[in-house]
Amino acid sequence: MGASESTASARYEARRRRLLDQVALKETDRTPFVFATRFWAARHAGITFEQQMYDAEKSADALERALLLLEPDGYVQSLYIYGPTLSALDYRLMQWPGHGTDPNATFQYLDREYMPAQDYDAYLFDPTGYCLRHYLPRVAGAFEGLARMPDFPSLSEWRFVGALRAFGKPELRASLQRLLEVGEHAEAAAQRAAAFARKMAALGFPSAGGGFCKAPYDHISDFLRGSKGCMLDLFRNKDKLLEAIDKVAELLLRGVVEETRAGGTPYVFIPLHWGLDGFMSPQHFQTFYWPGLRKVLLRLIEHELVPVALWEGDCTSRLEHIGDIPRGKAVYWFEKTDLVRAKAVLGDTVCLRGNVPTSMLIAGTPQEVDEYCRMLITKVGKGGGFILDGAASIPDEARTENVLAMARSVHKYAP
Amino acid sequence: MQENERQLVDALADMREEEALAAARALLDGGVAPLRVLELCRAGMEIVGKRFEQGEYFLPELILGGEMLEAIGALAKPLLASAPGGPAKTHGRVLIGTVQGDLHDIGKNIVTFMLDVNGFEVKDLGIDVPAATFVAAIREFQPAVVGLSGFLTLAFDAMRDTVGAIEAAGLREGRRIMIGGGQVDEAVRAHARADAFGGNAMAAVALCREWMGA
Repeated sequence: MGASESTASARYEARRRRLLDQVALKETDRTPFVFATRFWAARHAGITFEQQMYDAEKSADALERALLLLEPDGYVQSLYIYGPTLSALDYRLMQWPGHGTDPNATFQYLDREYMPAQDYDAYLFDPTGYCLRHYLPRVAGAFEGLARMPDFPSLSEWRFVGALRAFGKPELRASLQRLLEVGEHAEAAAQRAAAFARKMAALGFPSAGGGFCKAPYDHISDFLRGSKGCMLDLFRNKDKLLEAIDKVAELLLRGVVEETRAGGTPYVFIPLHWGLDGFMSPQHFQTFYWPGLRKVLLRLIEHELVPVALWEGDCTSRLEHIGDIPRGKAVYWFEKTDLVRAKAVLGDTVCLRGNVPTSMLIAGTPQEVDEYCRMLITKVGKGGGFILDGAASIPDEARTENVLAMARSVHKYAP
Repeated sequence: MQENERQLVDALADMREEEALAAARALLDGGVAPLRVLELCRAGMEIVGKRFEQGEYFLPELILGGEMLEAIGALAKPLLASAPGGPAKTHGRVLIGTVQGDLHDIGKNIVTFMLDVNGFEVKDLGIDVPAATFVAAIREFQPAVVGLSGFLTLAFDAMRDTVGAIEAAGLREGRRIMIGGGQVDEAVRAHARADAFGGNAMAAVALCREWMGA
């Protein structure tokens, strides 16, 4: 092992440890900075957002360049390398660069009702069957033929064999054929992501990414009922919604533990969409949002994983209600919530992350960014339990000198 | 207000959907003028708006309020053809839309709802609206205030471009432009060169009231 390599591995270990210690609310030599973005790295490297999603080599180079420039303590590898997979799937839940949006415009989820309210019972009775034969064919072209899939639990004896005719039908066969191709793209992307992580580890950069999970209410809102449908369910279908939340919590947790462990980091990213201030009343939050989310958090923690919950928007009114989880086991990343206030309320419980304002990173000056980071590091970083990041990662349009000011601030200012 | 009229207003204000629809149906069946029923709906929605302002109601209540209003409107409007009366007087006109490239509409819809229940005449251009569409709509609708909405960071430039197009068309003079959306703050306002920004729907109402002296 050469001297430079041993230095890189020492840096890797120091960075990895620094993040874990901050999560455990321990003080470290300095505040860590984690780099996460959607397409900033692409923009910085001069490739299009579409290329980031479709050209694996250019995409990896772009992210590597960003890491070498910023030298973060951790990075989250872009998930947005799945362009070919999404194309092969003919995925309809979002539009992405060059595929519905401009080649240089970020992806957007399409907030629609994908499961009508009258389907709650069918979903609750048999979520897998409902997904296969009803939901999936609606949300992606490659799944359309799955509508013909046999209803396996209903089969017995000779019906079992007869039902396999379904696999002789052209619609189902075409879907299965397409899904084989989708699988190849997804596998190749995952392999490349793993190779990239190994390469970056060798350069001294640990991954701060990992698994992915959702709050049960958000899953139902984003993927099944649409935000409007789900909000109306708060009044019209309360019991069904609660039952679905219970069920979804269990379904979401299946596989996350194994997937995350296989990736080699303990972090599970949970972006939170519909529980913020203004989006529901405190009573609705306490009934429909927090209990399901808390269940997810506790279960991940039980398995020694670290939930990283991104509380989007302003969640000031939630602060007093989200602290009943084990101490030093999770990260709460706040977008617009005042982190100094969050530190006062939750600082003894969770590691905080954030939150250099998006608008400042785009339209502000390096001096403003530096000053803001100094404030965060000294006030929120004090005593440990803080990771510096953008309010909602590094925005695509952030000025390079502003991002650099942020990256350098952790070396300039002591907590 | 009579007892059965009060029932409709209260049911609307208290989010009792089935009762509100039943009360409206009973009033219409009993021969109450459809315009009167719509007036009562407006009274109910004003209470909803006030409760939203006071932090008692949130987005889901506004959405359900809108649904109830729509359902009662569908019952009453077919009966309106022969009824006397015209549109309610408004405090002024507001043109609103989500800027080009952005498909988000929740924030915009709340602002539209709140402006409407507060007596403004609002024209909503929808989402992903090109600057040229705003310009054409300003010419036609002649709003006193233009509201640009956007959630994504790409909206910052789209807002700036829209403001630029409005200026280039000579339509900025005598007209105010406000912006809003998840990430919008003073830095974005300066970037877009808008007159003001708002962090929530009530801020939009306050701005319009101030600018139009309503």
